[in-house]
Amino acid sequence: MGTLEAVLLTIATAATPLLIAAVGELVVERSGVLNLGVEGMMVMGAVTGFAIALMTGSAWLGLIAAIIVGALFSLLFGFLTLTLVTNQVATGLALTLLGLGFSGMLGEGFVGQPGVKLASVYIPGLSDIPLVGKLIFGQDPVFYISIALTAAVVYFLFKTRAGLTLRSVGDNHGSAHALGISVIGIRYMAVMFGGGCAGLSGAYLSLVYTPQWTENMTAGRGWIALALVVFASWRPWRVLAGAYLFGAVTIGQLHAQALGFGIPSQLLSSLPYVATIIVLVLISRNKRLTMMNTPASLGRPFVPDR
Amino acid sequence: MMRIELVKRPQHSVLFSALSPFIAFGLTLVAGAILFAILGKNPASALYFYFIDPLTEVWSLHELAIKAAPLILIAVGLSVCFLSNNWNIGAEGQFVMGAVAGSILPVLFPEFQSWIVLPLMMLMGIAGGAAYGAIPAWLKVRFSTNEILSSLMLVYVAQLFLDWLVRGPWRNPEGYNFPETRNFHDYAVLPEILSSSGRAHWGFLFALIAAVVLWFLLSRTLKGFEIKLLGQSPRAGRFAGFSSSKMVFFAFMTAGGLAGLAGISEVAGAIGQLRPVISPGYGFTAIIVAFLGRLNPLGIVAAGLVLALSYLGGEAAQISIGVSDKTARVFQGMLLFFVLASDALIHYQIRITRPQTERTGEVSHGNA
Repeated sequence: MGTLEAVLLTIATAATPLLIAAVGELVVERSGVLNLGVEGMMVMGAVTGFAIALMTGSAWLGLIAAIIVGALFSLLFGFLTLTLVTNQVATGLALTLLGLGFSGMLGEGFVGQPGVKLASVYIPGLSDIPLVGKLIFGQDPVFYISIALTAAVVYFLFKTRAGLTLRSVGDNHGSAHALGISVIGIRYMAVMFGGGCAGLSGAYLSLVYTPQWTENMTAGRGWIALALVVFASWRPWRVLAGAYLFGAVTIGQLHAQALGFGIPSQLLSSLPYVATIIVLVLISRNKRLTMMNTPASLGRPFVPDR
Repeated sequence: MMRIELVKRPQHSVLFSALSPFIAFGLTLVAGAILFAILGKNPASALYFYFIDPLTEVWSLHELAIKAAPLILIAVGLSVCFLSNNWNIGAEGQFVMGAVAGSILPVLFPEFQSWIVLPLMMLMGIAGGAAYGAIPAWLKVRFSTNEILSSLMLVYVAQLFLDWLVRGPWRNPEGYNFPETRNFHDYAVLPEILSSSGRAHWGFLFALIAAVVLWFLLSRTLKGFEIKLLGQSPRAGRFAGFSSSKMVFFAFMTAGGLAGLAGISEVAGAIGQLRPVISPGYGFTAIIVAFLGRLNPLGIVAAGLVLALSYLGGEAAQISIGVSDKTARVFQGMLLFFVLASDALIHYQIRITRPQTERTGEVSHGNA
């Protein structure tokens, strides 16, 4: 396996968790809800996936459990913001803080234990094609799920009636309510979808990216996923492009660290965070474009008047 | 199935406004008791070690003041941000940069020993934190960049910067390669308040002074009115002639400056040198403190003591009954959840409806 092939493969591994979490959050935000708890749901998914895989010996069961826990955890956020109409920003922060705390407590006994790694796909013949063989036919299964998920979300949002309904809820919840659409019900489902995606994304970190558990192992990836949604101006394919851009930055700085170059490793480690700020600035400086694409009801509380 | 429904109160409830922090704390205790029961511990004794035991000894009260000082300092600054609708969640980074800027004199110029060093360190700490807080403010004003994400990303950058400093250029030349700076000399250490009975240093006094000053600012001055008006209704604020751009800078730099003061006080008071990690997440816990204190500086003093107690309680409970001190972070997270949930009672009445009434409600809605 050549160096270039290895680099491209690891970029995909770094991009996949960002893509899954960001596509989930995109659906949530398209329904008009801003859930800043992605980091918390992700880290809960990471600890759940690791623990269940270790106990059952099956990485797949770990992934499934992480999706369920992510979705259930997001219900806490849903209940507060949708039923009790609390401030979405503050509640999202609360979800992140609670998730980081809970996962630290639950995972204490798992620190340092060897994890279970999800096996990659291998198709005889196809996977052996030079350069692109492994890249297209030899990745881990979640990589394919992430691409399929993005395509499915595009189809759902822009080609189905249910997707249109969800977008209408996000753009004008008052009108959607007047048309007899259950605004709160749709938002609950969107929030749970986002939670499931964040859970899966977290489990990918602890079962594929680095098969082990360390406290706070998400290291801000949930927040980067949130930034990706803004960066992509709420379009799923652009989220995919953004995730791979960030994957490239992450892997690039890791390789630069390995090679040395005399650059402090901390400076290189900070690159993904600095890059996030830079792309946010580049995107948001065009106010008209941002205004046009932002779901109009994003973050606004909704109380049906009867 | 029953259904929970919110009915908006004509006016916000003064009663629940005062009660909600207590309801939240009570609910947290109940949830905590359940958590301990699941972990197989006696809930009563666990809660005793968590919330009562640290208060029974004088030295431990000093530790409480040490932990409460940064939480209160940061949270009163954050209250200005949150009231003016500026979501600064990067206080942890401003804390670190304040500590770094404030440490320049004792680390790089250790031979400069004079009584003036300490006041200069405090001022440089404030300046460092305020300057770092100004970055997300400038990005928000100039490019309308989301301040939540930019301020949070800067936390990671600041932590990595500190890590680089103490492992690289600022490492103690006589420190056997440990990742830490030289120990601060005597003129650079914050004095203790009552050194005969414990370690509490002046940082706690700074916190109390900051809380009183900001309480006065918010409740008794035109600036306080401007902060709240721009937070609640930016349009009305503009008609009143207030500038929301200036407010963004004011809020972020106030919070950043206070977080920076907290940072240098922690380093010059409790630690005595710079290390790769100087905060157990004070900047994030302070968000909980700000909300538990209902964004009121005097309430924040009380809330800061409660959250400081949770840090101490975590340590006490780990030593005495063997529950992980990680439970402290769970308590803190739950507390914020319950605070936000109880706040719903201030603006809404909760009504539980039966399906039958719900159905008639829908019919009348359809006819309307």
